[in-house]
Parts: sequence; C-alpha cells; structure tokens
Amino acid sequence: MKTELDFIQPVAGEQFEYSYKAEITNVYPLTRMEKLYQIQLVDPVEREQFIFKPGQFVMLELPGIGDAPFSISSSPVRHGDLELCIRAAGNMTRFLDRVGRGTRVGISGPFGTHFPVEKMEGEDILLIAGGLGIAPLRSPILAVLEKRSRYGQVDIMYGARRPSELLFGYEYAMWRQFDVGLNIIVDREEPGWQGPVGLITELLKQRIADSVPDRFREHTSVIVCGPPVMFRFVCELLISAGVPVEKIFVSLERRMHCGRGKCCRCNIGSTYTCLDGPVFDYWSVLNLKEAI
Amino acid sequence: MLFKVFPVVELIRLFQILAANRIVGPVKKGEDQHGRSLYDFGVVHDFSDLRLDYTQTIHSAKNYFLPYREDLCSFTVQDGDWHKEVDYGAYAPLVLFGLHSCDINALNKLDKVLLGGRYPNPFYGEKRANMFIVGHSCNPQPYCFCKSMGTDSALRGFDLFLTRMDDLYFAEILSSRAFHLLEQIDCREPDSSEHRRYLDEMEAKESQFVAHVDTSDLTKILDLEFQAPVWKEWGEKCLSCGTCAQVCPTCYCYGVEEHVDMVFTHARKEKQLYSCNLLDFAVVAGGHNFRPESHTRLKYRYYHKHRGFVEAFEESLCVGCGRCGQSCLAHITVPEVIASVRASK
Repeated sequence: MKTELDFIQPVAGEQFEYSYKAEITNVYPLTRMEKLYQIQLVDPVEREQFIFKPGQFVMLELPGIGDAPFSISSSPVRHGDLELCIRAAGNMTRFLDRVGRGTRVGISGPFGTHFPVEKMEGEDILLIAGGLGIAPLRSPILAVLEKRSRYGQVDIMYGARRPSELLFGYEYAMWRQFDVGLNIIVDREEPGWQGPVGLITELLKQRIADSVPDRFREHTSVIVCGPPVMFRFVCELLISAGVPVEKIFVSLERRMHCGRGKCCRCNIGSTYTCLDGPVFDYWSVLNLKEAI
Repeated sequence: MLFKVFPVVELIRLFQILAANRIVGPVKKGEDQHGRSLYDFGVVHDFSDLRLDYTQTIHSAKNYFLPYREDLCSFTVQDGDWHKEVDYGAYAPLVLFGLHSCDINALNKLDKVLLGGRYPNPFYGEKRANMFIVGHSCNPQPYCFCKSMGTDSALRGFDLFLTRMDDLYFAEILSSRAFHLLEQIDCREPDSSEHRRYLDEMEAKESQFVAHVDTSDLTKILDLEFQAPVWKEWGEKCLSCGTCAQVCPTCYCYGVEEHVDMVFTHARKEKQLYSCNLLDFAVVAGGHNFRPESHTRLKYRYYHKHRGFVEAFEESLCVGCGRCGQSCLAHITVPEVIASVRASK
C-alpha cells in the first residue's frame, strides 16, 4: 500500500508578486540625466486606494527589463497618480529614459517607512537635500506646504554639483510663495549662476547661526537626504547645534530586489532598508553599523 | 510528542509507503581524494540508494525549497500592454527523508524570516506547506558545531524523527500524518528500557563534538569588535566566491533578472540565490558599492548570521552544520573566525 500525501492548497501571500498596472502619462526632462515621470495607476479604484506617506517608495517594473525601487516624489494627496524623479543610471533606468508616454509599467508598494510630517506639526522644519536626494524630499516638501499653517519656520537647503544639475527649478518660485526659506548652493559655478558656491554644510551653518538657539534645539525637526558622505557632515553639525538625534530623519539608499524584506540585499545587519527604512531617525542610524 | 519504536528492517516499508511521492534524501555522489564518500541530497527512487549513514551532504537540501533559480513571474506582452502570470511552483508534495537536526532547524529559522513579517513569501511557503519531513539521527563530524548553536536536536519542524538504536528505530512523532504512516508498519510503544537507551544515545552523541563556538555575549562582542583588524585578515584570505552561501542551509538572499524573448512577446522575471560575499552584492545604480572590500562583505555575513538575526529573532541564523568551512577554498571556518574575533578583545 502506498500513501500519497495530501496536497495542501495555496498558502497566504497572494499579494507577494502583485503589481498594479500603471501608465506613464507624462515625461518631463529635468536635467541632462534626470526626468520626472508621471505614472498613473490604470484602475481608478486602485488609484484612489493607493495611499502612501511622504518618504515611502515603490518598485517600478518594466516587464522583461527590470524591477527597481524609487522614492515617490509627488504629494501624498494625489494617491496613485505618482511622480517619480529618475536618473538614467542603471540598465532599467536607461531603458526607461527612452520610453515615452503611454508605456505600461508595473507598480508595487508603497513600501517602507515615511517621514513623520504629522508628528512634526508645530515645529520648525528643515529639509536638507544633496543632489538626487531632492527626489525623496519633494514629497515631504509638498506635504508640508499643503498644510503650511501647521508648521513654524520652514527651510529647504539644497546642494547640487552644478547649477545645471538642479532639479525641480520650475517649482522654486511656487515653494517660496508658501513662506519657505529656500537656499541653494552649488559645488561648481556655471555662467549665469548668481547664488553661493560651496558645500551644503555652509548653508546649514548659516541657518544655525541665524537661529534662536533654544528654539533650534527644542522645536526643530530635520529631514535629510543625499549622498552617504553628506549625511555624516550634516548630521554631525545638527547634533552639535543641539538637535536631538531622534528628530533628525534620513532616507537611506540600498540595493533592493523585492521591497518586501525577503531578498536580503538592502540589509544593514538584520535591519531591512525596505521594511525598517528607507526613512530612519538618526538614533537608529547610530545603532546600525555601516549605515552611513 | 508521541514515541514509537520499530525494527530497523521495517524502514524499507516506511520508505515504500512514502514512495508514491517524490522522495529526496542523502545519496552518495562520489569519493574525495582520500577515498571518503561524498554525499548530497537527491531524488531517491530506490531504497538502496538512500544513505542514512551519511556524514554530511555537501549542499543543504535548500535546492528543493529555495531553488537556485526560480521564475517569480512571466509576462505576455502584446499591443503595448502586458499580462503578468505568477506561479509559486509547488506542484506536488515532497518527502525529505533523512534530514539531520541541523537542517531541520535551518528550515525552522528560514520559516521565521520567509513566512513571517508583512509579506510572507508564497514561493517558499507553498513548498514548505507541502513537505513531509523524516529526520534522522547523526554522528557528529569533527567540523560540526551545532551543539554550540543549540541546533543539535530538533524540537519541531519535522513529521517524524528517527533515532537509530542498533536494531531499533526510536521514532518521535509530530504530525497526524506521521502517526497514520506508522500505523501501516510493525511498530509499538517503547518500554522504559528503550526510553533509557534513547537517552543514552543522545548522551553519547553529545560527547562526540569536537568543534565548538563560544556564543556567550557574542552579539555584544561583534558590536565591540566591528573595527577589529582581524576582520581584515580574514578578508584578505576570502576569495569572495560565494561558495559558503551556496552550501549554507540558511542563506536565502537573492537577485532578480528579467529575460525577454527575441520578439518581445514573452518575458520572465527570474530570481537567483546570491551571496553577500560577491563583489556587487551591495552595488547601487550609478556604481556606488556599499561594501567594496572583501572584508566588509565577509564581516557583514557574520553580522547578519550571528548578530542581526539574533536581534530580530532571538536566535542565530547559523545552525553549525559546518558546510561553509568544509567547502571554503580558503579554509575559513566559523569556529575559527569567531574565536579570533573574541580573542581580539
């Protein structure tokens, strides 16, 4: 006599490989390297139910080409009507660079932690971006501007290598209309540039010098995103000015293949950048070896 | 837990009853240069091929539930649109026959990370749910340090666990399926002298361990010694080949590649197991590598296994099977690395 074991039917996890079908509705070139892709979930119900918070990311899939994580650059009030600011830097993004509106892509997510902008209400906000770090920051910037009256002083500091590499230039005037201090600095001058030249830490030093020390120490929340080397200098400066580590938030970049805590590629120790991040407070960062 | 005993000669009947299903177990694959047998897990069609006296298989059994390559989905592309098909790839039950405690504990650990959290992995979960596991007692080898890792006996994660006691098998039963299976062969309740014999067997096994890893305060020591020069020494030896991850029963990380056919009508997304020791493990678009030196990658492997996983699940991800050390071309073994890090205090 032989025993054939029961075949137990499918287990939980139906959503694991699920991606929303989405369409590229518009592509705006921002600089030589980066474009802003407007991507809309095709199904109107899914689009409405796609709720994310500033700082979260999606996995964008081009069938047959690749699947990669991107921070959402649009305002959370727009739900599944997303904007992703993407630099043509890898295989998939170089392909994406050549496709136009109407292309059907897959979106899964939203994944990860977010900048706690609701908890920052009543505080002064400092948003510090370096280079492409402005992409994940645009979402909290827009979220703060939409509820501008709930926040104290809002400052955006943005550093780029060259003036021609500045992103979202067309929006600066609009941001400033919301009583926002927008300061921009570049590493290298180009003809026509009239702003300051130097490192972003210089803007920050100026802001700290101009501030009321007690107010700065006790009522300032900071959001930082940029290249790894920038985090260290900016965060050390903030800490020495008295900002508590748990009020400094950074968004970290790592390689990811799943976004769901399973591929292990984004691990820092056993902390998954996709689940426990990408937004970490600086206290968590200090506790993670090799985080920045 | 229920216990039964049955004569060793009955095992063939047990095998034959289960043989209506695909059975994977230890088989002999060849011999090394010293004439010692080499074993690996394989599909077993004939009971005589099943080598329950095996020392250790070269690879773990993970190829049968975490295949090296696996399609995550396929796409049909037509008229500028696409359709996605997902197939979890579990078509029939699988019997794993003859797993040692370390490999059973490896499955238990993988369950925690792959079936837990917000996104349980159905590719693994479906295979796992359709598995029947027969464990088998082992003789500790000189490189085994499962006792140090607390994985020298399996408390759960199997249907049936068989301990060889000369002419008898002492069976631990953990599932009703296993219970009914044993009803079909000649077995009985153990008597008190057999209980004693079983405990003596366990005790005898305990005394055979040679390799040892001191895990006391290890998570703290690893944090304290993050910058210890000894990591660089191991990093210089390491060839960054990824063999350790390949043979490890608990390494599960992967990369994803998409393939498209010549006429762009079909595409598929394929997952491949990876290794954190490979050079491009942490490279992001644009070329930045978060772990460019081989010692940072080797160190990360130890931190994930022995520190990070402990932090998340209160146990180490390493089961002490010793396969990585046995397969390492640079002769890097876990007991030696950990001892050297502890010594750099």
